[in-house]
Amino acid sequence: MTVDYEQLGDVLYARLSGELDEHTASSVRASLDNLIEVKHFRCLVLDFKDVDFMDSTGVGMVLGRFKKLKKSGKSLLLKRPNSQVLKVFKSCGLLEILETEI
Amino acid sequence: MKLTVPALSLNESFVRSTVAAFCVSSSPTLEEINDIKTAVSEAVTNSIVHAYGSEKGNIEIEAILLCDCVDIVIRDFGKGIANIDEAMQPFFTTRADDERSGMGFTVMQAFVDDVKVKSEVGVGTAVSLHKRFEEVKC
Repeated sequence: MTVDYEQLGDVLYARLSGELDEHTASSVRASLDNLIEVKHFRCLVLDFKDVDFMDSTGVGMVLGRFKKLKKSGKSLLLKRPNSQVLKVFKSCGLLEILETEI
Repeated sequence: MKLTVPALSLNESFVRSTVAAFCVSSSPTLEEINDIKTAVSEAVTNSIVHAYGSEKGNIEIEAILLCDCVDIVIRDFGKGIANIDEAMQPFFTTRADDERSGMGFTVMQAFVDDVKVKSEVGVGTAVSLHKRFEEVKC
């Protein structure tokens, strides 16, 4: 699983690629936390276009970043999850909490 | 099919993909395949994280495929679940500090048609998943 990023103005885009599960979540968490700490931005966009699979371990990781960002007044946007990833977010009730762009 | 793997997170992807590949001969839809992969991944994660934790152990996966459904059992020999009803509640987790969502069983229930859990403290846990295929092709 890889995390690439790009910053455009005050929006930080993080592109996740691969499968997000128990095996990969901790390295993604570390990469995102490093970006959150180092970069100056107002909104973090997590681009799921190249995430082929995610289970509820990924949900915990995303929710953790959401809480962290919220504390410092920043926002989180989930972008382009595939149908499997979207269904996991939906079944966990996250679509009611997190802003998502299909 | 029967598969035994060490309870290591690196085996998760292998297990869910193998079970999904096993089901292909009944021609499930792509969504059904993804549903099976997701539910299996949740059960295997539970065994790795909660049943064994830092202990070593094996996970056994058994699947029986019929033309209109699949039955899958994921079994571990870890510490077991003291209160199954509590463990199956949405957001229930014993590891909240570890950013666990507590949604593993909820996701399993959302992605397959039936989830049954048998567990004995100190002996282990068996999670049975039943998934029906919408279109019967045999």
